Amino acid sequence: MKGWIGKLLRVDLTRGEWKTEELDKNLATKFIGGRGLGSKILFDEIDPKVDPFSPNNKLIMATGPLTGTSASASGRYMVITKAPLTGTIACSNSGGHFGAELKFAGFDVIVFEGKAKEPVYLYIEDGKVELRDAKALWGKTTHETTDQILSETDMDARVACIGPAGERFVRYACVINDKHRAAGRSGVGAVMGSKNLKAVAVKGSGSVTVADKEAFRKATLDVFQKVKANPVTSSGLPSYGTCVLVNIINASGILPTRNFSEGVFEGAEKISGETIADDILVRNRACFSCPIACGRVVKVTNPKYECFGEGPEYESDWSMGACCGVDNLDAVAKGNYLCDTLGLDPISAGVTIACGMELFQKGIISTKEVGRSLNFGDADAMVEMVRQIGYREGFGDALAEGSYRFAEKYGHSECSMSVKKQEFPAYDARGVQGMGLQYATSNRGACHVRGYLISPEILGSPQKLDPFETEEKAGWVKTFQDLTAVVDSAGLCLFNTFAFGGPEIVEYLKAATGIGMSLEELMKAGERIWNLEKMFNLKAGITGKEDRLPDRLIKEPMPGGPAKGRVAELGKMLPEYYELRGWDKEGVPTKGRLKELGLE
Amino acid sequence: MNKKISAYPEKCTACRLCELGCSFKKTGEFNPTASRVRVSIFGEDAFYAPILCTQCDEAWCLKACPSGAISRDYGARVVKVDRERCVGCRMCTLACPFGTITYYAPEGKAIKCDECDGQPECVLFCPTGALAYEEESTPTRLKRKETARKLESSSKEVQP
Repeated sequence: MKGWIGKLLRVDLTRGEWKTEELDKNLATKFIGGRGLGSKILFDEIDPKVDPFSPNNKLIMATGPLTGTSASASGRYMVITKAPLTGTIACSNSGGHFGAELKFAGFDVIVFEGKAKEPVYLYIEDGKVELRDAKALWGKTTHETTDQILSETDMDARVACIGPAGERFVRYACVINDKHRAAGRSGVGAVMGSKNLKAVAVKGSGSVTVADKEAFRKATLDVFQKVKANPVTSSGLPSYGTCVLVNIINASGILPTRNFSEGVFEGAEKISGETIADDILVRNRACFSCPIACGRVVKVTNPKYECFGEGPEYESDWSMGACCGVDNLDAVAKGNYLCDTLGLDPISAGVTIACGMELFQKGIISTKEVGRSLNFGDADAMVEMVRQIGYREGFGDALAEGSYRFAEKYGHSECSMSVKKQEFPAYDARGVQGMGLQYATSNRGACHVRGYLISPEILGSPQKLDPFETEEKAGWVKTFQDLTAVVDSAGLCLFNTFAFGGPEIVEYLKAATGIGMSLEELMKAGERIWNLEKMFNLKAGITGKEDRLPDRLIKEPMPGGPAKGRVAELGKMLPEYYELRGWDKEGVPTKGRLKELGLE
Repeated sequence: MNKKISAYPEKCTACRLCELGCSFKKTGEFNPTASRVRVSIFGEDAFYAPILCTQCDEAWCLKACPSGAISRDYGARVVKVDRERCVGCRMCTLACPFGTITYYAPEGKAIKCDECDGQPECVLFCPTGALAYEEESTPTRLKRKETARKLESSSKEVQP
């Protein structure tokens, strides 16, 4: 096979055994790789009703056919499993160097089954597989774990691991690779913890080959020119990282502030990408094969919040910052750093803490319960809660369940800013209607990277849409969701799509795999993947009733700023969205549409 | 004009596209271990540097090679390995003090940068200008000018 390595590693953790399987070329063609292929394997091999923490759940790490090549920002791998946070299918995507190294080591996909009796880590070196004792690593941070494994294996190996949060089943624990890159959302790290799998280390000297070398080189160089010509990928992201968005989104009145009570944060400037560049930025850092380099290496010298590492990026900057009402950049960077080392999704962590702050300020939870005060804007409280969540210590144990379960416990689930129990990212749907529809229909709960409608609605790419308008948004959402499924499955970073889209991906895939696909067929593959995920969720018992937004966004008008008086008008868009998808009124794919997509 | 590949580590983002461009051109496959340029990444120091052969005037590798496979191409001013004559003895890798000539196991041969006969692929693939193909005195001239600028600003500081 070209593009793909053609090998899948299946690891039975219960028995401590593994075997190599040939990758099914038809399946790989139909589902591309990464998110699509991993979801198909999960769909076929587990009962969607399974308890996410049961040994019967599986955890899949999957790369795409472009991973490991020179295609722009193509070093991605995805972690696919049933999510402990949402009960839906989970697919969390990460960059760094781990994904490419997995292919150089000889595999496209690893499927983990069962549960190890004692903590272990998997080491792969050029196709040679070992399960090693990880008892001494249990309890260690992601950074300590990575350093220890590098010293035991190879200094150039790449490590993906969990921290204390994953070991303790924090429902939004992530998998961290290369110390600062996260397969972040939905609690994939907790599933890894439930399997007693501390880490996966890979080292390889193999090759990724492509079908048409000349065409692939040309596609690579052509795309580089497009990345260079686009202001977001050539200037905005390299200069200020994703935090370039803080001031832009705040000016649009949709920077969720103090747990979505407002859309304009008075302290935005203090946590903006511009301030990061002025105050704490050391330099940029790229993921494998990325010409953009949005990564920020930062150093905080303030002894109280001292830290050194990558981040914060826009989402964590906001979740630890504006969402908690915190305008102290040093504290925000520290909170983000703790998420990396403890292995937490900073979006869910920040939004859950913000939920706790709201309940505290409303007098629903007391100082005695929390063990301290927990007011909006209290930087120390935010940082301390992140730490407690990571170790499930004190009040952090309650917050470790995620905002929905946490707020429900106190009878106030309306204070959880989530969809399908997964916390929102940093855009308030009241002022950006298409994004609201996307949140409600996303297959893994609230998420910005299942269809980044901010691009047309706020940034004007590929064309400017009125963010307050609901007309035609259903079509945009469907197209963005399907294209994103393709991007994730190919192994590409979503940020590429500021500069290029479907036609370039068609070129890349054709040159890499030798399998020609029209743009229409490519988009159909994306739609197939979207419907497959939806079918998983329906079988898991997550119905169209959960394609909704919290009442706060539907019923409570935005109190001020450019989006003042607006609410999310989901009801105006959802029926049209279902219709365009070929689903019935309950949001169930019709037999006819499934057949058309080859999913019968 | 004496052109050489210069490396500017301060511009490197550790994306390793140079490794991909190089290995693809030289072997037709994406494989960093086949790349003649390798990026050293020191995460804890936020230091990343592309390292490649400097094409020594008196090359250790050339002197150490017992099979006469390594020679100096005076026209291109680079040191080259003749694949036909290389026996894979690895003496050159022991002799080179920089680690920039390596043994590539799949071919059983020594590999090193030959600047792609004047059209270096790594430079073409580098997105940040951390690698440049330019007049070889350029980096030192730039440093000298920077030193002069520092002198200028420090002399301004002490003026009344």
